[in-house]
Amino acid sequence: MTKETLNSQHKLELTATPHVRTTMSTQRAMWFVVASLLPCLISAVVFFGTAQLAIIAVSVGVAVLSEALVKKIRKQDLSVNDGSAVITGLLLALILPPNFNLFFTGIGSAVAILIGKELFGGLGYNIFNPALVGRAFLQGAFPVQMTTWHNPEYVVDSLTQASPLALFKFADATQKAGFDFTSYLDDMLIGNIQGSLGETSGLAIIIAGVFLIAMGIVNWRIPVSMILGVIIFAGILHLIDPARVACPGYHLLAGGFLFGAVFMATDWVTSPLTSKGMWIFGLSLAFLIVAIRSYGGLPEGVMYAILIMNGAVPLINRYTRPEIFGVKK
Amino acid sequence: MAGNNSKRTFKGGAHPFEGKELTEHLKLEVMPNPQTVIVPLSQHIGKPAKPLVKKKSEVKAGEVIAEAQGFVSIPIHSPVAGTVTKVQMGPHASGFPREEIVIKPAEEDSEPVLMEHLNPETASAEQIKDRVREAGIVGQGGAAFPTFIKLSPPEGKKIDYVMLNGAECEPYLTRDYRLMLERTDDVVQGLSLLMKAAGVDRGCIGIEDNKPEAIAAMRKAVEKHSSISVEVLKTKYPQGAEKMLIKAITGREVPPGKLPLDVGVIVQNIGTSLAVFDAVVKGEPLISAALTVTGGGIKEPKNLIVKVGTPLQEVLDYCGGLTSDAVKVIAGGPMMGVAQYDLTAPVMKATSGILVLSEEEITRKAETPCVRCGKCIDVCPLNLMPTKLARLSQLERYEDAEDFGVTVCMECGTCAFVCPANLPLVTWIRLGKAQVMAMQRNRKPA
Repeated sequence: MTKETLNSQHKLELTATPHVRTTMSTQRAMWFVVASLLPCLISAVVFFGTAQLAIIAVSVGVAVLSEALVKKIRKQDLSVNDGSAVITGLLLALILPPNFNLFFTGIGSAVAILIGKELFGGLGYNIFNPALVGRAFLQGAFPVQMTTWHNPEYVVDSLTQASPLALFKFADATQKAGFDFTSYLDDMLIGNIQGSLGETSGLAIIIAGVFLIAMGIVNWRIPVSMILGVIIFAGILHLIDPARVACPGYHLLAGGFLFGAVFMATDWVTSPLTSKGMWIFGLSLAFLIVAIRSYGGLPEGVMYAILIMNGAVPLINRYTRPEIFGVKK
Repeated sequence: MAGNNSKRTFKGGAHPFEGKELTEHLKLEVMPNPQTVIVPLSQHIGKPAKPLVKKKSEVKAGEVIAEAQGFVSIPIHSPVAGTVTKVQMGPHASGFPREEIVIKPAEEDSEPVLMEHLNPETASAEQIKDRVREAGIVGQGGAAFPTFIKLSPPEGKKIDYVMLNGAECEPYLTRDYRLMLERTDDVVQGLSLLMKAAGVDRGCIGIEDNKPEAIAAMRKAVEKHSSISVEVLKTKYPQGAEKMLIKAITGREVPPGKLPLDVGVIVQNIGTSLAVFDAVVKGEPLISAALTVTGGGIKEPKNLIVKVGTPLQEVLDYCGGLTSDAVKVIAGGPMMGVAQYDLTAPVMKATSGILVLSEEEITRKAETPCVRCGKCIDVCPLNLMPTKLARLSQLERYEDAEDFGVTVCMECGTCAFVCPANLPLVTWIRLGKAQVMAMQRNRKPA
């Protein structure tokens, strides 16, 4: 019963409480996100062809290499297996137009990692969503290439021949008021429309979203508040001003809204910490997206809306401190 | 009274692996006297007891061997008949050496010296409270607060509830469950005595819904007591924390820095209720502890009744010893128990279990920077921001940590349990808490 006999048989560990932990880790969560992007990847290949795989490969490869380079310079351990650079690369690729220039893709990916993430201190410290920083840079640097859309493989009607967002944006007022989306909704849902690589298939994104919420990786409050927000804001504005504001169903399925709501706005690092904050974040995003799309110069507003709200996150955290248990309300 | 059927709960919390199936069907077994008994003088919050014996003193089982010192203190009785071999500083489950009396038990075990029996029907509140103090009873929930103090609320505090905590929300532990099944009526009688001592006419027993047999048994036992109810709680950690129990059952919130007394409630553990019953009805002092010896790292998990002062190693040996892949021995449960480095440390009055975790049961994952997922905030039952508190402590920004409520934290560990970044949140918060409390003490005018 002496210590000596005990220690010769067993090395007892001494750590602080709690002694058990969930199996969910940063790394595991990241790879689950990668896995959840698979349906979007498939839809990209199905609708825009296998050539898109090159964009994805370049984007992921450059992201991983850029991160490794920074770690090397900083003399830190490589962190490729935490999966976060792979995610950034994947996300960036999936929000680029089909057949996008591979060299530009690489530049965007390097900007995403180097400026979007590592400049702020790496994983956990960045303020803005790195993939969106990369895309915003490309949008500014190569505006023409960034808005050159390609028809999906299975062109069946007029809508699929133009991005639905652009179609609505650049129609005149009477056309807008009379715009009937209902006949295109099925194409928008499965993804047979013009748009960015992984953004066109609402169905693929919804599958991923349900999976990520069920796994406890995505906090449901953000996508739910965004969707509710769009229904409320677009619903009201559409009634008041149908010549400028499309109906909520269109806003939900067109462009990058669903992709943004599931994969971009829910990024752990760049979204609010508190439940209340997540609601404010999601509703504000919905408002900004509807506003930019309807009244701004560009057809799409998801990227800018998320970047703007990323910047507001520290402020949201500060003002949504939860009331401590037992403190009189 | 059968009590309400709707399940009660609180906001936040988590669902760790329960692990109760290892021991929940095993009856409490009395372990024979150990070869050595080590009785710490500090088995409760407050001043250590003062030894009344010295080396070579002969002691009887149940004899007072250390007397209370000051108000927040209680006497300590010898768990066995035998000879005192030394009074020393020695190993203690808290991790810090404490003063303790070492006794060599006599060959022949003898019945403990009993106190005079009290009639539970006629005993007055004062008599019960005195007996609870004389019998050396402390809360069995972990903090080991002397029970008689809880029963003596300051003037002007109106108490309307005595609650028994049968939640047993710590994973793996099953001793409260076994006590509720095997000593059902005594638990209820103990509660009646506690209610009488505190002058309260409403009592209830809160039990998590993962123990349906205990709920059924207790419901049957309280049928003839119109003032006692059984409340079913949703199984969720940390339902057994005092504040969470009170919130779930009454809806009342104990404010930061306040006690259950301040919202009119006294919470006692199942084991405490039985200790009170034994002290009043049988005249027995508190000299043994019911505990669960469990986990993947112990060969024969058991629910045991052991003499206070039994070295952990002897208890483990009695349960077949450790398996080859055992990595951690914990006094208490996996969420709040203390990892042990010296297994000569003894079982104490409030020891609820000895958990031996095997390699398989421990999740090893990399520590990453905080990824700001907010899960710790989502699960904190006290609505704190654990990641923020840990960060502020790390940066030594103690004024800010105080402002964010670091001292409110009860260290339940739910935040660290869910943290994907595997951050030692509780450790940082504990440090910040200690610093802030020191700061507050210095701030008080001399």
